[in-house]
Amino acid sequence: MNKKEILISLGIALLVAIVLSPFASPHPDGLERVAEDKGFLEKGEGEPLVASPIPDYTFPGIHNEKVATAVAGVTGTLIVFGLGYGLAKVLKK
Amino acid sequence: MHIPDGFLAPNVWLPTWGMAIGWIAYCLKKTRSILNDKTIPLMGVMSAFIFAAQMVNFPIAGGTSGHLLGGLLAAVLLGPYAGSLVIAVVLSAQCLIFQDGGLTALGANIVNMSLIGTGGGYLIYKLLNSILPGILGKKIGITTASWFSVMLAAVFCSFELSFSGTIPLKVVLPAMAGVHAVIGIGEAIITFLVLSYVLKVRSDLIYAPMVVAVNHE
Repeated sequence: MNKKEILISLGIALLVAIVLSPFASPHPDGLERVAEDKGFLEKGEGEPLVASPIPDYTFPGIHNEKVATAVAGVTGTLIVFGLGYGLAKVLKK
Repeated sequence: MHIPDGFLAPNVWLPTWGMAIGWIAYCLKKTRSILNDKTIPLMGVMSAFIFAAQMVNFPIAGGTSGHLLGGLLAAVLLGPYAGSLVIAVVLSAQCLIFQDGGLTALGANIVNMSLIGTGGGYLIYKLLNSILPGILGKKIGITTASWFSVMLAAVFCSFELSFSGTIPLKVVLPAMAGVHAVIGIGEAIITFLVLSYVLKVRSDLIYAPMVVAVNHE
């Protein structure tokens, strides 16, 4: 992949995060649905072990929910891009 | 399918953490030998794309949603080991930064979606590829294996929940299998569309172990 292709494909990922993620279905996912239906959802609703900086994909301090999700999505997409790329670079050394 | 803290008992989350660490260590070792100028940035790009795509829950029937898992997608492009690392990177970031999936359950989530969903899914893809040659065989392999990757992860998740004493297997397994059989269709469609496009414009990006192995000897 050359630089241009890397930027284009990262751009596609960012577009998905910005444009599509704010319109994601708010319904529970498969596991949450099963947990709710079968009555064990509350087991997972205690305090998390570690405090997360951006809980539930909502960037803190932004009032508009869709914008907060999009900003969280962009942040996460860039972070994991750096992690994946960085891991590969380190492994190759 | 990200298990939160509280669903799993220590008798499950401790050994699955052990399995996850072992799998990641093995993948790191195997990935070292396949990395080249093509695959290094692809690991970053695939991590970014799968993370973003996992945020986009699509509705299925009954007020339930699903989202891409991406394990097979990553494995077809990067091979099972680098693909598994990509999924592990995404799961770890989701757990630590976004509170999606618990820290105690991270090992189990890596086992389900990286080891089983990605590594296991790739085995099914390879098997189907060897039976059905050609581009059509590849596409059938992609579709079928991506569906199975979600189903297998859901089955493993069910076993972990039941071994934890959270819910009896005979209750959770049919429920998890049923809902993920539908979510798996979404997985298969997205994986098929993305990989069909890659096959068309940059088929050389598809992981081919033989070629890569020769290049590095």
